[in-house]
Amino acid sequence: MRVTIASGKGGTGKTTLSVNLAAYLAKHKKDVVLADLDVEEPNSQLFIIGEEKSCTTANKMVPHWDKSECTYCGECADICNFNAIVALSDEIIIYPQLCHSCYACSELCPTNSLPMQSERIGEIKLFESKGFDLIEGRLDLGQEMAVGLIAQTIDFIDKGYEDSLKLFDAPPGTSCPVIEATKKSDLVLLVTEPTPFGLNDLTLAVETMKVLGKKMGVIINRYGIGDDAVEAYCKAEHIPIVAKIKNDKAVAECYARGELVYEQIEHFKASIEQIANFIEDYR
Amino acid sequence: MREIVVISGKGGTGKTSLSASFAYLEGQNAITADCDVDAANMHILLDADFSNRQDFFSGEVAYIDSDKCIDCGKCKTVCRFDAILLKENRHTIDRISCEGCGYCARVCPSGAITMHKQKAGDIFVSNIKNGATMVHAKLGFAAENSGKLVAKVKQEAKMLALKEDREFVITDGSPGIGCPVISSLSGANLVVLVTEATVSGLHDLKRVVELLKTFSLQAVCIINKYDLNKEMNKMIEEYLSTQDIEVIARLGYDETFAHALIEAKPIVEYSAQSQLSVTIKESWEKIKTKIRNQK
Amino acid sequence: MKIIFTAKGDNWESKIDERFGRAEMFVLFDEADDSFKAIKIETEHMEHGAGLQTAQKALELSPDVIITGNGAGNKALDILKRSSVKMYIGAGEMSLKEAYEAYKNEKLNLQF
Repeated sequence: MRVTIASGKGGTGKTTLSVNLAAYLAKHKKDVVLADLDVEEPNSQLFIIGEEKSCTTANKMVPHWDKSECTYCGECADICNFNAIVALSDEIIIYPQLCHSCYACSELCPTNSLPMQSERIGEIKLFESKGFDLIEGRLDLGQEMAVGLIAQTIDFIDKGYEDSLKLFDAPPGTSCPVIEATKKSDLVLLVTEPTPFGLNDLTLAVETMKVLGKKMGVIINRYGIGDDAVEAYCKAEHIPIVAKIKNDKAVAECYARGELVYEQIEHFKASIEQIANFIEDYR
Repeated sequence: MREIVVISGKGGTGKTSLSASFAYLEGQNAITADCDVDAANMHILLDADFSNRQDFFSGEVAYIDSDKCIDCGKCKTVCRFDAILLKENRHTIDRISCEGCGYCARVCPSGAITMHKQKAGDIFVSNIKNGATMVHAKLGFAAENSGKLVAKVKQEAKMLALKEDREFVITDGSPGIGCPVISSLSGANLVVLVTEATVSGLHDLKRVVELLKTFSLQAVCIINKYDLNKEMNKMIEEYLSTQDIEVIARLGYDETFAHALIEAKPIVEYSAQSQLSVTIKESWEKIKTKIRNQK
Repeated sequence: MKIIFTAKGDNWESKIDERFGRAEMFVLFDEADDSFKAIKIETEHMEHGAGLQTAQKALELSPDVIITGNGAGNKALDILKRSSVKMYIGAGEMSLKEAYEAYKNEKLNLQF
């Protein structure tokens, strides 16, 4: 089973929650693996005292110019819908950051002058922690194809952890990377705050998940700090509220130190328990 | 016209609350741009009226004309994105998976596949509560990468600022380090980094600063929740000093941020007399002085 | 001298388009025979890499000089520098005619 933990906006406590949930489940003898799919800003690993077990380079395929047979016809630049190729009269220039790896230029080139070769975009790291593994996708600076790395990280997990409960810590927002981190999941837990920002972003996230046809649950973090508009919204949309995590500066302090919160704060632990039960019931 | 871009690597640092406060303070002397398109929120604090809307198109998506399609399957063999589905022996496009590369359309022997522009969102030019103007956007479902939309929002704001002779453009930047952020930073005269005294705050700050270096942009920093973890705060300050980035304000953990949010007001409007507001006003003055002294 | 102006219209009175990569059109003026030609550039549909394609288009016209407003971005520069073309910037607010005169009187800045 795959569960994605997502939120419309950043800073709602998504990562804290994912890490604590994974640690809690592992402690209760569940076979669980956590994936940090926020490949632009992976942070989960900061909260896990564990050992790096492996590091795999993540690549993408891009064309490389082989000039020996090239006739400079310019077909490749014309074909590329992403403007990643510039064809001059005596040189073909390729911009790998713009390439989407569609293979069209390579396979349609009349002289086979653009063979596809792999090029590094980031890495996938495996950390072993107390009772569970953390897989982290990390995009190299200056690279733009987050979606490709997210897909590769999910593949890595699908191969290595077939029967485990897979928790995916998604990137914030509602655009392509989030969809990639969600589209294969059985359940999506949306983390929000009881504020107008939280509600606005939750609404966007719910609309997206509806189009994808996903089952949802909502977790309200920093409960008590704001109003009840988020609760009213969930009720109207018939989305279950899985847990309400109390607003507590002690949680923030714990987080600031990079420590596991549920081991220290009782009400937080109770909320994690509710989430764990919700996932269990869902299975 | 000078542009100030407010960014933070991670979310929840108070970036939007601060940008909205700056916009509120500067009033009609500034045009505000919300480039945090993935989670556009600034309009809530500034009470935008969505008075002017335009469509935004971005990217293409393939379309199969079922009358012309002979179901040869050629498209399915070339597509690297699993975007061609076979339903009841007919070929259709999975619009979510389609990257818009156009390979299928090129190889289709019966000319059944055409590429269509995709509506990716809306851009708004709104009147806001202090009589000023803001430009903001809403990204449509599964819309591609918001980098181009960010560029468009900025361009619109800058053009307005030039036309109406405003001194500043205040831009609420996108989170992360990817294409949208790069887009929100382009052409900035000064970057205001907002971070918090947490493990993630420092980690993400470093990644953003690396990015700034590649564009040689001048930056200052505001540390929010500096008292959450004194040690972490010290590490952040030390790091910033090695990078020659001045810390222009340190804000304590303060629930006024949340309370102002609930009332849908920028902090400087919600509690104009509070110490927090005074500090925010001072930092805005520092930013303006800094930018006016450039060159 | 073959000169490309990045332009918002197709005659001498038209304004210079200050953008290079996403300029609306090129106007190609050849001092040798006074020929004057407007060429539309279509980059509106492009997500990324518009500057690259515009630079490629410019080089296809083999100009000696390009006159524009803000100058080209890094990627476009990378392409343009492969030829011997000279790029003059700072004509953003001018009409084509004014820009041409400014160029003749050496009032424009050389980007490279």
